[in-house]
Amino acid sequence: MARLGDVVLKVRSKNAGPFWVTIDVFCGSPEVYARVVPALATGEVAALYRVEPQHLKRFDIADLSVIKFSLPRPVVQGSRDDRDMHGAQWAVLLEEADVRV
Amino acid sequence: MPTRVLVPSGVLGLGFDRQALKRGVANRPDIICIDGGSTDSGPFSLGAGVSKYSRAATRSEWRDLMRARAEAGVPLVIGTAGTCGTDATVDWMHDITVELAAELGQTLKIARLYSSQPAERIITALEAGRIRPLEPAPAISPEVLSGLANIVALAGAEQIQAALATGADIVIAGRTTDTATIAALPLLRGDHAGGAWHGAKIAECGALCSTHPTSGVIQVDFDADGFTVEPLAETAACTPHSVSAHMLYENSDPYQLYEPGGYLDVRGARYTALDERRVRVEGSRWVKGAYTVKLEGARVAGYQTTILAILRNERYVKGARAWIERLSAFLEGEIRSRMGLEPGEAYTLEFRLIGVDAALGELERRQGDPVEVGVLGIVTATSQMQAAEIGKLINPFVLHYPLTDHEELPTFAFPYSPAQSDRGALYEFALNHVMDLDDPMSAFRLVVTEVAHGPAR
Repeated sequence: MARLGDVVLKVRSKNAGPFWVTIDVFCGSPEVYARVVPALATGEVAALYRVEPQHLKRFDIADLSVIKFSLPRPVVQGSRDDRDMHGAQWAVLLEEADVRV
Repeated sequence: MPTRVLVPSGVLGLGFDRQALKRGVANRPDIICIDGGSTDSGPFSLGAGVSKYSRAATRSEWRDLMRARAEAGVPLVIGTAGTCGTDATVDWMHDITVELAAELGQTLKIARLYSSQPAERIITALEAGRIRPLEPAPAISPEVLSGLANIVALAGAEQIQAALATGADIVIAGRTTDTATIAALPLLRGDHAGGAWHGAKIAECGALCSTHPTSGVIQVDFDADGFTVEPLAETAACTPHSVSAHMLYENSDPYQLYEPGGYLDVRGARYTALDERRVRVEGSRWVKGAYTVKLEGARVAGYQTTILAILRNERYVKGARAWIERLSAFLEGEIRSRMGLEPGEAYTLEFRLIGVDAALGELERRQGDPVEVGVLGIVTATSQMQAAEIGKLINPFVLHYPLTDHEELPTFAFPYSPAQSDRGALYEFALNHVMDLDDPMSAFRLVVTEVAHGPAR
């Protein structure tokens, strides 16, 4: 087991418009990408963000050694219950997650 | 016909490398395009119809761009003027432009493209079945639409082309898609459509697609087969990786990008390094579809007052959660008995623990051992007066409320006086919908004016 953030180059998150948030996992090399893709279970990522797995979009982008997740924001950007206007700190949850690589 | 587009920065107001801009002008661009906005900072700008960026920063950068335009002798276009692209911020940008034209001694034709939508137009379209929700969309009705503070439609390339067709030196556009201003001229001149939209997407954040994101200035050459992108700061370079990775940025789908009239598909795009700084891209596809424009709207969702206290006493830091739970229940009773208000409809009061889980809330998985905890109280009520009144009512208790009965009254740290701050209206985004248009200009308005301060155009 390892902390994902210690294995990959960078994990970042950002709004994709006011209704979606997107999380990019930059693996940094094809070798790391090949190890991380099978280790990151979509269902576990969905559970981390408490979203139904069918609402989590996943893109495995081999050319960039990037795994990208997008999910509808649980609260609309800027509404009363929003805690992170830019969705920028959501990445931390994935960065700190343990993965079997 | 090949088209050279100079993009000074990802957004006006954020700064750019002045030497790089000079180099860009010397390279003889066909047009200078910059984005003025975003929804990224939240719904306030759209709701209130004001710019996020300071007038001073906007003015000083626009001054440099107006001089660059005069030197290059080409149109200068800004999209989503004043952060949100409402009619009010288009006029704000126009005022700055007129002021600078006098200062710089320029004679100009200025086209304003207005994107604000009267609620009646959207209601009529809704009733005609010409509004469709995008996932996830909030529920709308004629009542909801009439209550919105501002509605804008996102213009595409066609409306920018109409503005350019007036022969304007400067186009100040209301809400546009991020890419529309950059894609408009290459499309008009018959360059590769997939390349035009893809190159526009890559360049819309300025040098973010390069190795030196803050340098700003980017040049894109469009032609019959694709585009070539080059950063103009000497310290920056574009690589196939930095360019292709930009398709991920703020996009929920890295392969498809919906625009008025179709979508861009970059699955087949090939990125080739021409040298150490330039990247060539071919193979992206434009897929034609129905002509729809996206709508954005914001409404007032209450008025807020906040209060911030800091707990530093070890016992209170450890018991912060229990403290706010006890305090919240007590305050609910106080507000009920003194003001006759029930939580929910009339007001909400929420305390967030800064230093514990303020950023992630329920999703937080880590427990730290903070030395101090900030307690941010957020009151949302139906009027500012009511929110302020609740803020004042709770103030003495947030200052002194004990963790248990029968203990000496504690006193916490307040970082400022008065302890509570009125935040004004809370706006929220209320639309994630598209509207069908038969004629792209039917929901947009063009106004062309001239200012004459220097030699004739």
